[in-house]
Amino acid sequence: MPLTLAEKLIAEAASRASVEPDEIVTCRVDLAMMHDLQGPRRVGPMLEKLGAPIWNLDRVVVVSDHNAPAIDTDTAGILDFTRKWVQAAGIKHFYDMQGISHVLLPERGHLRPGMFVVGGDSHSPTGGAVGAFVIGVGSTEVCGVLVTGEIWVRVPHSILADWSGILQHGVAAKDMMLKMCAALPMEACDYRVIEHRGDAIRALPMGERLTLCNMSPELGAKTSLIAPDEITVRYLADVGVHVEDADRWQSDPAAEYERTLNFDAAALEPQIAAPSSPSNSADVNDYQNVSIHQAYIGACTGAKLSDLHMAAEVLRGRRVAAGVRFLIAPASQRTTVEAAQDGTLATLTEAGAILLPTGCGACAGMGAGTLAAGEVCISSTARNYKGRMGDYTSEVYLGSAYSVAAAAVAGRIVDPRDFVQ
Amino acid sequence: MITGRAWVFGDNVNTDLIAPARLLKRPVAEFARHCLETVQPNFAAEVKPGDIVVGGVNFGCGSSREQAPEALRYLGLSAVIAKSFARTFYRNAMNIGLPAIVCSEAGSMAQGARLKLSIEKGIIENLDTGKTHKCQAIPRHLMEMLNDGGLLGHLEKRLRAKKSETLQR
Repeated sequence: MPLTLAEKLIAEAASRASVEPDEIVTCRVDLAMMHDLQGPRRVGPMLEKLGAPIWNLDRVVVVSDHNAPAIDTDTAGILDFTRKWVQAAGIKHFYDMQGISHVLLPERGHLRPGMFVVGGDSHSPTGGAVGAFVIGVGSTEVCGVLVTGEIWVRVPHSILADWSGILQHGVAAKDMMLKMCAALPMEACDYRVIEHRGDAIRALPMGERLTLCNMSPELGAKTSLIAPDEITVRYLADVGVHVEDADRWQSDPAAEYERTLNFDAAALEPQIAAPSSPSNSADVNDYQNVSIHQAYIGACTGAKLSDLHMAAEVLRGRRVAAGVRFLIAPASQRTTVEAAQDGTLATLTEAGAILLPTGCGACAGMGAGTLAAGEVCISSTARNYKGRMGDYTSEVYLGSAYSVAAAAVAGRIVDPRDFVQ
Repeated sequence: MITGRAWVFGDNVNTDLIAPARLLKRPVAEFARHCLETVQPNFAAEVKPGDIVVGGVNFGCGSSREQAPEALRYLGLSAVIAKSFARTFYRNAMNIGLPAIVCSEAGSMAQGARLKLSIEKGIIENLDTGKTHKCQAIPRHLMEMLNDGGLLGHLEKRLRAKKSETLQR
């Protein structure tokens, strides 16, 4: 029976030859990730109550990213608790303020094609970009995984997003995802898997692929996948993961998809999501002249090295507009180091951008860069729900790092293609 | 059997509205006070134990934070009925023992309606209109988990059974 990539990944984790959509199966978990906000402080007491050991300490990753660095005694206490718990529990893989979990997992070589991964955060599907099945869950579910090493799933139907053509310069993976959010109802992919394929995907570097998969929960998807190719294999080799079975983790040619969505990447305009939902996305021209107080590049969605490069390309030889704050919180410590080494940080800061610590930060209104009442921000993050980045009356527009940087220079939302060669 | 008044919300209610991220560092008593305040400012103050949240499509979308159903449970809500749920909210609610019930006719229930919910039968009676509404059946393994009070209770039971099995050998 021909299978989709999602079905192959689930079948492998369920020790089955094949699975069918809507079946409920129990999967073996290859890796479990939890972070400071939803992990130890919530899961720790549950494990204690159960009196059960962690099933496999080699397969657990803990990341302090949401409250890092501490901004008050509450957040300092959470980070302190996390450190002490990690030590007492004997956790082997702990990243303390080294970056955002969804970026760290691939960057530090924890992911490979064929894996079944559970993360205690909704943006966990980011890792689908390397051909692993990665789902987001809540704290109690993480506890269940830590005790049993297993999780139940309903086998999802797969939706194929077929991207023909090549993106124009100044248009990015973020625009592709916002286009999907505009074209489909918010719940269009509920319980489903989105598999991205086509010429535009093959041409995307890994950083951009991670962005594309990162935002699949914004369409309700269980997760998102890109089958491994030469770019995947090369990226993983660079982080110390040697893949020899990439051919195995491909959808069968005759595999059945619930539906196929066709997009022309070459014709894609930069997209902007207006407040207060990613589904309010439209061509950038629809939002020209919206004035901004703040431009923010950050989060697991939009602050990887590839995003910083986009921003630097726009800012080179330009200045951030008077009266605009341009804040940049790189997605990981390694991103910051690499951006320092290749001159990107110099370009950004000389143009007037303010460098913030690595962490989840202002994306969910928890760290530096939170918005005041009535303020307007353009952000490279994933969500712009009411009050998401601060006061309930603040407004957030979402766009690519190109669009955010161009708006920072112009002081209003503009077409970023006018700012790149 | 659950009986309570309906609190009706629209489509795509996200978890940032149910449990704002900036308050998650604080105890449940604090973030629950702000539950859904931007949609219905009087919700947290006026909700009564046993009341039922009725949502539209994609209820609980966005962040996978378990504090969203936790806030509802803390306020005394006995169940959430919706046309459809975001998968993370659905799993989280069931995991903490708060029934999440899918009912395509959720849109016909009025604010304040008295609802009688029979989870095992999959039936909602609207005591105001006299109408009954059929719900989607809950998978067997989740029904068993709900009866154990959620995933933790279920795991406790499983671990106890395993222990006594080992002892008997």
